[in-house]
Amino acid sequence: MTYIKPKFRHPGLKRNKIGFAKSDYEGAISTLCAGCGHDSISGAIIQACYEMAIEPHHLAKLSGIGCSSKTPTYFLGNSHGFNSVHGRMPSIATGANLANRDLIYLGVSGDGDSASIGLGQFCHVLRRNLNMVYIVMNNGCYGLTKGQDSATADPGSVSKEGSNNAFQAIDLVGLSLELGATFVARSFSGDKKQLVPLIKAAMSHPGFAFLDIISPCVTFNNNPGSTKSYDYVREHIAATSRLDFVPEEKEITVSYEEGTSASVRLHDGSLIHLQKLSPHWDPTDRDSAMNHLQKAKSHGEILTGLLYIDPHSGDLHQLLDTVAQPLNTLREKELCPGRAVLEEINAEYR
Amino acid sequence: MKPTNINNPEYFHKVVDCQYACPAHTPVPEYIRLIAAERYTEAYMVNWESNVFPGILGRTCDRPCEPACRRGRIEEEPVAICRLKRVAADNKGEVKSRMPQAPEKKNGKKIALIGGGPASLTVARDLAPLGYEIHLYDDWHKGGGMMRSQIPAFRLPESVLDEEVNYILEMGIHTHFNHYVSSMKEMLEKDYDAIFVGTGAPKGRDLILPGREEGAKNIHIGIEFLANVAFSHVDKIGKKVIILGGGNTAMDCCRTSRRLGGDEVTVVVRSPFEEMKASPWEIEDARAEDIPILNNMPPKEFVVENGRLKGVIFEKVRAEYDENGRRKLVPTGEPDVFIEADDVIIAIGQDNAFPWIERDLGIEFGKWDIPVLDKVSFQSTLPQVFFGGDAAFGPENIITAVAHGHQAAISIDLYCQGKDILDRPSPMTNLIHQKMGIHEWSYDSAVVDDLRYKVPHEVKSITLTNRKIEVELGFDPPTGFKEAQRCLNCDIQTVFTASTCIECDACVDICPTSCITFTENGEEEDLRTRLSAPAENKTQDLYVSEVLPTKRVMVKDEDVCLHCGLCAERCPTSAWDMQKFLYNVTKASKIL
Ligand SMILES: Cc1cc2nc3c(=O)[nH]c(=O)nc-3n(C[C@H](O)[C@H](O)[C@H](O)COP(=O)(O)OP(=O)(O)OC[C@H]3O[C@@H](n4cnc5c(N)ncnc54)[C@H](O)[C@@H]3O)c2cc1C
Ligand SMILES: Cc1ncc(C[n+]2csc(CCOP(=O)(O)OP(=O)(O)O)c2C)c(N)n1
Ligand code: SF4
Ligand code: SF4
Ligand code: SF4
Ligand SMILES: [Mg+2]
Repeated sequence: MTYIKPKFRHPGLKRNKIGFAKSDYEGAISTLCAGCGHDSISGAIIQACYEMAIEPHHLAKLSGIGCSSKTPTYFLGNSHGFNSVHGRMPSIATGANLANRDLIYLGVSGDGDSASIGLGQFCHVLRRNLNMVYIVMNNGCYGLTKGQDSATADPGSVSKEGSNNAFQAIDLVGLSLELGATFVARSFSGDKKQLVPLIKAAMSHPGFAFLDIISPCVTFNNNPGSTKSYDYVREHIAATSRLDFVPEEKEITVSYEEGTSASVRLHDGSLIHLQKLSPHWDPTDRDSAMNHLQKAKSHGEILTGLLYIDPHSGDLHQLLDTVAQPLNTLREKELCPGRAVLEEINAEYR
Repeated sequence: MKPTNINNPEYFHKVVDCQYACPAHTPVPEYIRLIAAERYTEAYMVNWESNVFPGILGRTCDRPCEPACRRGRIEEEPVAICRLKRVAADNKGEVKSRMPQAPEKKNGKKIALIGGGPASLTVARDLAPLGYEIHLYDDWHKGGGMMRSQIPAFRLPESVLDEEVNYILEMGIHTHFNHYVSSMKEMLEKDYDAIFVGTGAPKGRDLILPGREEGAKNIHIGIEFLANVAFSHVDKIGKKVIILGGGNTAMDCCRTSRRLGGDEVTVVVRSPFEEMKASPWEIEDARAEDIPILNNMPPKEFVVENGRLKGVIFEKVRAEYDENGRRKLVPTGEPDVFIEADDVIIAIGQDNAFPWIERDLGIEFGKWDIPVLDKVSFQSTLPQVFFGGDAAFGPENIITAVAHGHQAAISIDLYCQGKDILDRPSPMTNLIHQKMGIHEWSYDSAVVDDLRYKVPHEVKSITLTNRKIEVELGFDPPTGFKEAQRCLNCDIQTVFTASTCIECDACVDICPTSCITFTENGEEEDLRTRLSAPAENKTQDLYVSEVLPTKRVMVKDEDVCLHCGLCAERCPTSAWDMQKFLYNVTKASKIL
């Protein structure tokens, strides 16, 4: 019986530049259904954090409720974590981020968690441009509660027991573009080549980075007629671009053809290179992204890749003009600077 | 790459590294699991079927399986396969009733076996149940060959040897002991349908240096010395002893000397330590008995004064290697070294010798007096004469002699039936599904972290007093269990079915040792560089699937697979399955 992952790893695997092995970014063995897309996303997160050489104690995982929200147990076992209430992860993330702006915040949610019970919280955290990565593991159903249609299920999509979904779907990508998100991407759990650089780019983005990742529920929504099954997604996927993420200090070695490529420099100096597969689209132009999304939808295509990025994004701390020092480290000395300072402030209002 | 043909039995056989490396291809993981289940008798019989001498080999085998063991590639040391074999032998119950016996009614064919070592005994065991009348000749008074005359009793107790030799001799073998066969011509004139030569490599090499003749009384040839000790013709040696040579014979000679009165026993090798032929564990055991080993010192002269050996003069050299890696020993210029000795033992190798085979019988000999043989059938250029063991291709070891014996027995059986002896029987293979439940397999799939357990030794002050006291005590059953659990069950194969794979990546994500990759196909060299982990061990195969719906292929590097079954547990469609692969070399008669 194997509930424990053996400790042995491939002896040929290298450590990253801060001396960690990839296994240092792993978590407990997954208890999700075998073949669940969510596990692949966990794998991509592990790969991205390992490659980015993130210090595990420098990252906090936050989640709501659902199979998707359980995944933080299965990756980054040495990082901070908070498994919160259904649909309430954004509040926890906001509070944590305001208290300590120095950590990387990785929010993990599901389509039920974000598009149903948590839709309000989702909209508000987004419009505040909180500095975090927000991943929705989107399987079009409530996996944990046995596969009921969720708000992202496409109209007409057939559920496992055979009923057609009668309602319109909430497209979280469309919604976030509409609400002013500064980083919007869509991907597929079964495409790590695209997913890993997207996660890395999202972690480097200063502000709210939204990743809608289609992630088939093998148990309840992988049947013929479902628009979130492995087969359906693979047949209808249309990538906007091939993507490379080049961290700041790395030399740029790939050459890109003029006209079909675009590059976006991020605040920290790293670079996102997009080898565009569809012309007439500019990833820094919100209108063009929205147009493109609509067009793909009407053709029955699932548009993936980095869809929109605002290179000038300023996060919530910038908007609120908070101090550079994390608020949770401010002590009495800084918070109560004494009578003289109070006098000074009061004098300003006289 | 082309999709891997897993229907070729050799593909999965190669994955079971230990079994593949074993000359007799003993199903190692199969008996290790039986030991863990405390089914020692069954474990013994799995061994006996394949290697004929489990108790002997569990103490003395050269164990080519251990350097091959996959565990040695993921941590420091391989599974103690050899010593686990001994656990089966030490704890077994009654086995005789499980062994085939010779039928009352004979098949009318008569076979002569010349030499009573493991090769001949294996032929006897494989042929006796088929009704052959078997005559075994040996110049000693008991069977076992060098297992008796050479391997010291402190490594192999006589009772263990007798037991396993007798299982065979009691199958109605006609023994002709104390019978040196001095003419092959005479043997051919008798009414044997076939003759098997298993006479070993009985000639110890000599070292002709100044003083050799004058000091002859105290200069001994290693294998002659050991045989004389084994048969109690010699029971003491001088206080100061020098052993010349760095192989296993030298190790047995020095340790034996320590038990016969040698207080200052020194082993001197001409070349560097790294080139010593002795197994590392033999060297370790010799050192533990306070025997220094000096290297880079070729002997120059035996010093004899007034007819008495005084010692040996050695030159000091260092090894230099040319661009082809060829070694040359160059003098360092340091002064020669004189080491005092009352006795010197020369243990620098053995050779084949067939002075008793006349050269006009049609049996051809090639270089170094080695018979010309067919490598598969062991048949000589005289059709009814077969060779095996050390007599075939020069000195090897017991397990090789056994492997030869099995093949020679098949050849003799085919030959006696007038069949084509190159039409060899295929191995018996079997591949069976092992799933018992969602997280349950018929084997212990969990991988333990335990490091290799040490075999306990009897205390030195006791063992050095009597050459018959066994040094190694063997694992007790609880330790045997723990050591058995270290086995990775490499015979439980990961079997992939491309048509059911939905490419969800679950197996890639879970695999602890990054064995699995889904990628575009390519040539092997290129593929090896772009897998989840670099596949640098070229001796290990890549398992490649047919093309999948995404136009990629599944590539599994077999190198460090832990056979943990996690890929199969995480696979939603059972595209991965754990299946037990049993590979058994076919023998002349069915034993189990
Ligand atoms: C010192 C020493 C230690 C060894 N230790 C090990 C060990 O630990 N593990 C291991 O695997 N191997 C060991 N070996 C090697 C192993 O003993 C041999 O490889 C193996 O016994 C060969 O088996 P065989 O059947 O070919 O012949 P042998 O075992 O050599 O038997 C041949 C028999 O034939 C007899 N014979 C020869 N000519 C005639 C004749 N004309 N007429 C009648 N009888 C004849 C010989 O006296 C002998 O009894 C050791 C060898 C030596 C020398
Ligand atoms: C307040 C509250 N309401 C309802 C539930 C029941 N519930 C648990 S998980 C879940 C839906 C999860 O769906 P999703 O976020 O898509 O996750 P998935 O399991 O599909 O990954 C619901 C409704 C709950 N746990 N808490
Ligand atoms: S129910 Fe669906 S979403 Fe939940 S673990 Fe199973 S496959 Fe994944
Ligand atoms: S782990 Fe066990 S089965 Fe695998 S090679 Fe080693 S001994 Fe053989
Ligand atoms: S059995 Fe499967 S999961 Fe385990 S090491 Fe081998 S390939 Fe990887
Ligand atoms: Mg869901």
